[in-house]
Amino acid sequence: MSQSVLDALKARFGAAILETHSNFGDDTAVVASDSWKAIGAFLRDDPAMSFELFVDLCGVDYPERTPRFDVVLHLYSVTHAHRIRVKARIGDDEGNHAKIDSLTSLWRGADWLERETFDMFGIKFEGHPDLRRILMYPEFTGFPLRKDYPAQKTEPLIAYRTEEEAGLPLGKLEPFGPDEGMSFGRKVWDTHGTT
Amino acid sequence: MGELNSPPGTPAALQRPRHSVTIEGSEAGFGVTRFDAMLNWSRKYSLFQYPFVTACCGMEFMAVASPRFDVARFGAEAPRFSPRQADLLWVVGTISQRQAPALRRIYEQMMDPKWVLAFGTCASSGGFYDNYTTVAGIDKIIRCDVYVPGCPPRPEAVLDGLLLLQDKIARGDRTPGIVKPRQDPAMGLVQLGVPSAKKEGQR
Ligand code: SF4
Repeated sequence: MSQSVLDALKARFGAAILETHSNFGDDTAVVASDSWKAIGAFLRDDPAMSFELFVDLCGVDYPERTPRFDVVLHLYSVTHAHRIRVKARIGDDEGNHAKIDSLTSLWRGADWLERETFDMFGIKFEGHPDLRRILMYPEFTGFPLRKDYPAQKTEPLIAYRTEEEAGLPLGKLEPFGPDEGMSFGRKVWDTHGTT
Repeated sequence: MGELNSPPGTPAALQRPRHSVTIEGSEAGFGVTRFDAMLNWSRKYSLFQYPFVTACCGMEFMAVASPRFDVARFGAEAPRFSPRQADLLWVVGTISQRQAPALRRIYEQMMDPKWVLAFGTCASSGGFYDNYTTVAGIDKIIRCDVYVPGCPPRPEAVLDGLLLLQDKIARGDRTPGIVKPRQDPAMGLVQLGVPSAKKEGQR
């Protein structure tokens, strides 16, 4: 669909375009992370590209791979009705040094999506005006969409009640004991003197 | 005379009524009851609700509140959007860790006596969100009187929960209660994979 975009990227950036493919018509370019912003500027400003619409930006974690993370960018051109996916690979085995240039100066829409990617994966966007957590609370530690974040781990914002405070067990209740259930199944029933 | 509830051997004139007694035969007619029984009776039929609606269960909450199921029949029709004016907190939907302080604050702002109903599996136990975002049941942060399971619960189950709560209010019982599933009357009519008797007869 937009093979011409991939060709133009390869002609312009050469070795910075690490690989390209067009699986199922989704044109994808994997690019060197240090050209990330230059490629973004080219895709937005070149008249033959004109990717005005910043569709999505996210991270992906491949724990067995080095570099460990993908940053995935989707763009759409309203003028030419073509779209492209751009990926960059960053970070070492431990997830450290996961840094990439922020695109907020090119597309305003990048702001919250970069914050979300930072919140979930710990990827730092250099040049972002306000890189804070957006979904989780500031007290949260760790990055929950990394594959090594334990699936059942929680970091409550306020302390849970203890069983002493509650005066009853806080595990799962016995559901269908003789005293549970429908009010009219109860043995004690307020009869208001009619019995 | 209704059931009497006094130590054995108490003279008949001094016996205390257990709930309420209507004495027949007087021209005017009057009743006597215990004060707390009357108070609980009036409380259970005038529950002012604070809907804390956060997720998809809210759709069923709207169904319960609207004319077809009509929670007004049980004296709980008036939602109050100030916790100061409410005495029943409906926690409807998923409570995330980030909302937990807000929920506890709302609960603390309510006046006594106050009750809490956990509407749906998420509010009762966290449901299938067994991960970093979700509080695994509101009873981890506030007390809870009635749990209504279901994802989302049908309006009938919610009304069962409300009746269970009213029953608990009348008895002054604060132990948590869970609404039982009911047999679906339609279940007996059609069984997949089993030819129905009517078809057999027609053949
Ligand atoms: S119990 Fe089900 S319907 Fe209700 S809030 Fe949770 S996921 Fe939604």
